[in-house]
Amino acid sequence: MFENLSERLEGVFQRLRGKGKLTKDDVERGLREVRLALLEADVNYRVVKNFVDRVRERALGAEVLESLTPAQQLIKIVHEELIRTLGETPAPLDLGGSRPVPILLVGLQGSGKTTTAAKLALFLRKKGHRPYLVPADVYRPAAIDQLKTLAERVGVPVYDTDPTDNPVEIAKKALAEAKALGRDVAIIDTAGRLHIDEAMMTEAAAIKETVSPREVLLVADAMTGQDAVNIAKSFHEKVGLTGVILTKVEGDARGGAALSIREVTGCPIKFIGTGEKLEALEVFYPDRLASRILGMGDVLTLIEKAQEAFDLKKARELQEKLRRREFTLEDLREQIKQMRKLGSMQEVFSLLPGIGKKIKEMPFDEKELVRMEAIINSMTRQERLNPRIINASRKRRIARGSGTTVQEVNKLLKSYEEMRKLLKKARGPRGLERLARRLLQAF
Amino acid sequence: MLKWFRRKKEEAPGTQPERAPEKAPLSEPVISQPQQETKKNLWQKFKDGLSKTRERLKDSLGELFEIDRLVDQAFLEELEEILITADIGIETVNRLLEPSRKKILTGEPLKVSELRRSLREEMLQMLTVPTPPFPPEASPAVIFFIGVNGVGKTTTLAKVAWHLKNRGFSVLAIAADTFRAAAIEQLETWGNRVGIEVIKQAPGADPGAVVYQGLQAAKARGTEVVLVDTAGRLHTKYNLMEELKKMVRVADKVIPGAPHENILVLDATTGQNAVNQAKLFGEAVKLHSLIITKMDGTAKGGIAVTVAHLFKLPIRFVGLGEKMEDLAPFEPKAFVDALLP
Ligand SMILES: Nc1nc2c(ncn2[C@@H]2O[C@H](COP(=O)(O)OP(=O)(O)OP(=O)(O)O)[C@@H](O)[C@H]2O)c(=O)[nH]1
Ligand SMILES: [Mg+2]
Repeated sequence: MFENLSERLEGVFQRLRGKGKLTKDDVERGLREVRLALLEADVNYRVVKNFVDRVRERALGAEVLESLTPAQQLIKIVHEELIRTLGETPAPLDLGGSRPVPILLVGLQGSGKTTTAAKLALFLRKKGHRPYLVPADVYRPAAIDQLKTLAERVGVPVYDTDPTDNPVEIAKKALAEAKALGRDVAIIDTAGRLHIDEAMMTEAAAIKETVSPREVLLVADAMTGQDAVNIAKSFHEKVGLTGVILTKVEGDARGGAALSIREVTGCPIKFIGTGEKLEALEVFYPDRLASRILGMGDVLTLIEKAQEAFDLKKARELQEKLRRREFTLEDLREQIKQMRKLGSMQEVFSLLPGIGKKIKEMPFDEKELVRMEAIINSMTRQERLNPRIINASRKRRIARGSGTTVQEVNKLLKSYEEMRKLLKKARGPRGLERLARRLLQAF
Repeated sequence: MLKWFRRKKEEAPGTQPERAPEKAPLSEPVISQPQQETKKNLWQKFKDGLSKTRERLKDSLGELFEIDRLVDQAFLEELEEILITADIGIETVNRLLEPSRKKILTGEPLKVSELRRSLREEMLQMLTVPTPPFPPEASPAVIFFIGVNGVGKTTTLAKVAWHLKNRGFSVLAIAADTFRAAAIEQLETWGNRVGIEVIKQAPGADPGAVVYQGLQAAKARGTEVVLVDTAGRLHTKYNLMEELKKMVRVADKVIPGAPHENILVLDATTGQNAVNQAKLFGEAVKLHSLIITKMDGTAKGGIAVTVAHLFKLPIRFVGLGEKMEDLAPFEPKAFVDALLP
């Protein structure tokens, strides 16, 4: 898997340590691991091939061969190439031109266009725009209702689509309506279509022709496999894309499709969808995904999230604790407080390098956070600092005090213990050490 | 013979539907009278769907296998590319090709035709898993449609409902996706098209409560098959997986032994993540079978081979379009043959 790439490379090069310089063969062995990791991450076979060729070219230069830390050097090259493939800098939406600016969303069935349309509307509204939503999927049962419901939820007006109209007409009329209403962006949600469905692709092209959208965004599922290249290529050739939105990124897919799509279309990935909530749309940062792909954890996103919600001083304290791997129940309580501000605990933890995956699988429940906090609140400070003294009678007292049960107290203590162990064990690519260092640098 | 697709209309009361021997790969589907015309269509559709897979492969693989020459390194590499781009997954591919690689290394001659035969057998073997009858033998038989967001659960449920209804089963659907906007309306529209009743509550209702109410209704009415549409959920979401477990527990409470079949719906376009999906859904609730959707695209659905093999799950159907008749029984031989022309 992607996240093990660093470890794998370390493994390969470990055996070579003390051997002085590396040979071509040694580098080849490293590249083989890179290749495997990318294939496991669903990056298309051909794309992997080109990618590895580019890395090889650079790696065989002096950079790696003469380095004292060849594994690190190779990782650096891979990281840089990943960023280069994904696009160096974030690409903002192009909202120039006359109002309302049309944005067209296209993609396969089930990729998440409708939800993304509503998310994008909310995103723009929060930025001070006056978006308008246009349901143009007349085929899937209840697709129009779905967007109407979502529009109401995000507080954005929606075109009252006549399901007997054809999508080209709908787009045209809706745009006129948007103009009359003084909206400045019109987001058009189209039906999902297969890239080989000629009639449907022609329809998409016709909508584009009619409304001349400023942006044509391919909405693609992060879990897509090898076929991503064919899909992206067809949509790009037949409709013409300006960008990509990658959805369902919050799962455990490695997201290699992002690399494939970007490579075959050259179009930037503009946003990622990170949850079912309508706020869960984020601007895409190539460097962050590259780090995540390499298992370095998405440290920057974490910092950003932390900055939004964490009290700076407390954040710094927490980093220090993490670094020293001390983690008391008081820290857990502090963290729970912060987490409740941050949203899903798993999401935040998944950004941490090294421990991400394990924590994600741990039994935390957002509702439970409240209960957990109550339990910790019912402990004495002494108990919080030294949970070993919590015996049966103390547990009963804590349970009573927090309105929970002894089982729940036990569960919390067990979770805490597991967490502490994980923090102790976390090594990864210097997991927490690196995190702490980066965090400290950043503040 | 597709004996594991029970055909209500032809069944004499009290007779046990036959089961296919566990290992025999299945050939021609047997479909009851009213379906004779569509039988050809469906079968053709399945093949058409697969032939897109084949077309792409044919250029390279067809050429590859055309001349019965000796297998060499370059040949294996090309073969590897073809299998990987079918989403079979690098691990499985390596395992499939390992014996041939060994032979070549030791200089043992290996003919292309031999390699083809052994690959085909190996893949068929991977797809050969015990396949109990469908729908399960219980009354009512309760079937859950489970999977990540957007794979095609609701549409597939409608297709299966139509399939069963045509076989003479009385069918009822439960709208247990109370979360996604307009999910209930979507299922209701399908219910009207197919001509089955849909039990629902208001959006946002507790899905467990809907399941409860729906199963009570099915019991009262003596419905034979109940299809439960669940909300799409990522397998990594703890809360949502707990919710799913709860729905299953509720079903068991109303009808002991229910759900009798939990179908994991997989999108053929999905890559290696399908393995994680099967793993985590399977840890949350017992999975009984798979349905692979969107086989009408160019995605080869190769991950199905790996998932079926790793988790010993039979593939019931493949989805081949957006209409209710766009569903075909899964045919291991046809599938593998399409992969290896
Ligand atoms: N081409 C094609 N499209 C399909 C197939 N099955 C489903 N779809 C389409 O995929 C889209 C999503 O299908 P749904 O049935 O709503 O998927 P779902 O899993 O219920 O989605 P959620 O409930 O939102 O998680 C719809 O546009 C369907 O028409 C198939 O076999 N082929
Ligand atoms: Mg659904």
